[in-house]
Amino acid sequence: MNNLRVFFIGGAIAYRALFNWIHWSIYVPTMLGSPVFQILFFAFIGRYAGLEDDAFFVVGNAVQVAAMAGIYGMAMTIGGERWTQTLSPLLATPANRFALFMGRALPNFVNGLMVSTFGFLVGWALLDFNPPLSSIPALALCVVISTASCTALGLVVGSIGLRARDVMFLANLVYFLLLLFCGVNIPLDQLPGWMEAIGRSLPLTHGIEAARQVAAGAPVSDVSGLLWTEAAIGAVYAAFAFGLFRYFEADGRRRATLETI
Amino acid sequence: MKSARLVWAGWRFHVKSLTLSGFFLLTSAIQPVIFATIAFFMFKAGAREGTLLYVSLGAGLMGIWSATLFASGGAIQWQRWQGTLELSIASPAPFILVLLPMTLASATIGLYSLTGTLLWGRILFGVPFELAKPLVFLLAIPATVIGLGLLGLVMASTFILWRNANALSNLLEYPIWLITGLLVPISLLPGWVAPLSWVLAPTWGVRAIRDAALGGGDPLAAVGMCLALGAVYLGIGALTVRHFEQLARDRATLSLT
Repeated sequence: MNNLRVFFIGGAIAYRALFNWIHWSIYVPTMLGSPVFQILFFAFIGRYAGLEDDAFFVVGNAVQVAAMAGIYGMAMTIGGERWTQTLSPLLATPANRFALFMGRALPNFVNGLMVSTFGFLVGWALLDFNPPLSSIPALALCVVISTASCTALGLVVGSIGLRARDVMFLANLVYFLLLLFCGVNIPLDQLPGWMEAIGRSLPLTHGIEAARQVAAGAPVSDVSGLLWTEAAIGAVYAAFAFGLFRYFEADGRRRATLETI
Repeated sequence: MKSARLVWAGWRFHVKSLTLSGFFLLTSAIQPVIFATIAFFMFKAGAREGTLLYVSLGAGLMGIWSATLFASGGAIQWQRWQGTLELSIASPAPFILVLLPMTLASATIGLYSLTGTLLWGRILFGVPFELAKPLVFLLAIPATVIGLGLLGLVMASTFILWRNANALSNLLEYPIWLITGLLVPISLLPGWVAPLSWVLAPTWGVRAIRDAALGGGDPLAAVGMCLALGAVYLGIGALTVRHFEQLARDRATLSLT
């Protein structure tokens, strides 16, 4: 019971305290405005370059913008404990570490879903993107799984924030590299082999591929392999992140460097 | 003379300071190269392979805009966080002379991005770098930097009153890239976008640089438009800095974080 409180209530409190973009005056331009223009920007480049249709760019970018919450949000809500000098008191508590760590992912995951949904709606309203109504539930499933695995990558970034001096640098870099490697705007088969291989080991890649097929009318059974792969990649990143978190906690205690900034 | 010395000293200080900032290294060197790479692949995979120098130059300009935008958004906010905003405003020098070097310096370090995307394109994608009008190209670059730096001044001055100005920076990156034609011709956008683009210096900056590099058009006219708009921005900036500074003093909101 206590672990559930740490997971849900602790996660929500950490999100409210440490997610710096929560106020509407920052949230609206950053979390909603910027993704909208990202979608429009790449869709128009695609039109000019003569590459794919609007749906390709709407789906790719609307799924990828979940990383606004998944990557930046996790960097703030985990790495932020160090900036605010609350990491030591937090780690002095006997709270279950798994609940403490994973609880922070839940609000960012939900936020990522909202951002992604907004991206799809804007794509539908402003661009030539009209998925069949019957595809919406399957599309939602793709978004849920992709956002979850992207948040797992954010957990890795946040964990590194417990040690690295400038976690927002890393978060920015990861966000932009996802744009490059995950087939968001470039068909994967157009990338060199080594880039495609990296892309296939990252979250989002398989989820975006599945979402594109679903938006084009494919049933969810046709993309189940892609979705399982996406979920498995997310699970691996989440496990790795939790391992990193425990390692940095133990190492920080040993070397008295928990709050070194 | 004193004013020129202050601007020069401030510009040098901020160029050095921004060059050592990890965030600006990302914004002005790494991010443009990533975007250039995405654009190279998109154009190569699409039907316009012959436009890679066009992409290099556009992506470079994107970096100049990003650096200017984030520095302008942060110019006031960082001083608030560091507790130096009141001191800067209370100093005898007009505040605009404190702010101007910061925005000019940010546009200047954006040149790293232009250099980076051109080198990246040359080395990895074999993009030819042959300039149709090299002298005009050399003239177009500082004109663009000045135009963007002065546009940054207008933005920075309006941010005095808004404590979350950084959020506007996040919002304005993509739309300006789009409507000033850095990677997509303005003619491809809805008709109402064109008049908006005409009052933005990056539109003329990229036109000047591209026409000088690729030939065609009238790059000198674009340079002239860029500088003329810069003069207008300077006038607007001088008025808004004074007005918003006074408002912030009246409302006692200078140091709000």
